[in-house]
Amino acid sequence: MKFLCVECDRQMAFDERAVPGDGTMAAVFKCPECGHKTAMLANPMETQLVSSLGVKVGGRTVPDANFEGIRSGVATGRDEAFESPPAASPGAVRWSVEAVERLGLVPSFVRGMVKKIYSDYAKERGIEEMTPAVMDRARTDLGLEGM
Amino acid sequence: MNSGIRTYHEVDELPSDLPDQIAAQDERVSARLASVARVVAVMSGKGGVGKSLVSALLATALARRGRRVGLIDADLNGPSVPRLLGIEPGALVEGSAGLEPPTSPAGVRVMSMGLLLEPERALAWREPADAGFVWRGAQERAALREFLADVAWGELDVLLVDLPPGTQRLAELDALFPQLAGVLTVTIPSAASRDSVTRSLDMARTRGLRLLGVIENMSGVLCDACGSLVPLHAGDAGEDLAEGFDVPLLARLPFDPELGAAADGGRLEPWVAGTGPAAEALGRLAEQL
Repeated sequence: MKFLCVECDRQMAFDERAVPGDGTMAAVFKCPECGHKTAMLANPMETQLVSSLGVKVGGRTVPDANFEGIRSGVATGRDEAFESPPAASPGAVRWSVEAVERLGLVPSFVRGMVKKIYSDYAKERGIEEMTPAVMDRARTDLGLEGM
Repeated sequence: MNSGIRTYHEVDELPSDLPDQIAAQDERVSARLASVARVVAVMSGKGGVGKSLVSALLATALARRGRRVGLIDADLNGPSVPRLLGIEPGALVEGSAGLEPPTSPAGVRVMSMGLLLEPERALAWREPADAGFVWRGAQERAALREFLADVAWGELDVLLVDLPPGTQRLAELDALFPQLAGVLTVTIPSAASRDSVTRSLDMARTRGLRLLGVIENMSGVLCDACGSLVPLHAGDAGEDLAEGFDVPLLARLPFDPELGAAADGGRLEPWVAGTGPAAEALGRLAEQL
């Protein structure tokens, strides 16, 4: 699927992702010429199909994690199926109490993978402390809806 | 409608990278399996013929002969390989090269959905209850891909892939890894099994896959009194299929009640090392492969 700015005859580029609610995923595309934006609204079925293929709309911004599809897709996974992530090493991202609490809401089957993704996101951007606000930003930037 | 609008293929300033992402997934499978000498599928169109047991036995027999063996339990909805091989579900360890597969007492490296699911829970996906059928196939294919690509299989002489009944997973495996060394087919002697397995063999042959041969399981039971082989099923499916598809009948494995107990207890290796008729037939099969 591509979006064309009819006025400018230019292909619109992926700009941002948003999750407005009810399972809808909004992918915003922007014309590089005139700046006009349009949002593609995908229903939960469509987003699930993309997710099932293991691809990311707008491009993959984080490397594949091992068993990413299984960890994020299986609803009946065993809590102890994967080794817990190692304790924070010196120089690692500091997690605020609120962020740790929020991470605790993620099923343990996928928690290690999710924590690593958030931590890598913060490290790459020089963010020293993980907070719920950073997690929100990462979710949008990385397309981690559902994590 | 403005007829001046360009077509999808004419608009290519920003090529979609979704095909690239799919291609990268396939490359990841190929890269992982570059250190595996042979990937062999074990299939049967019929359920309940003992395909997983034959896979586990064969893997154990090969490992006992010094082969480096991996076994993927591709029956995502009915995984049984961990129990058969005596592997208790633990925590998978993330190694530098990927997820480290658990190893059976005989040295078979294993990956199975049975290692990941809650005890006594069915495999369920995060999906709206009323529309999951739309993408369940894609999710299962992705899980198989991850079993192939994300596990640190290391150097293997053979990686067996134990497929669920039917033909769909074989087609997915073939699409994910077209360099399959071949397909082993398991049947029981009955006519019903022959009919189902015929369709699977036909599909495999149509896809151009190499048919390595037929293994007939439950080929009778030894009479305690006279020692002769007494038929369990009417029919001669193993021979019929081998003749019909011009492939070897690799082995006939008689039913052995002791094997049932060994399988349930995850103690296949002592049985494989034994000298019963079925164990000897299995040994000959391992030698052939």
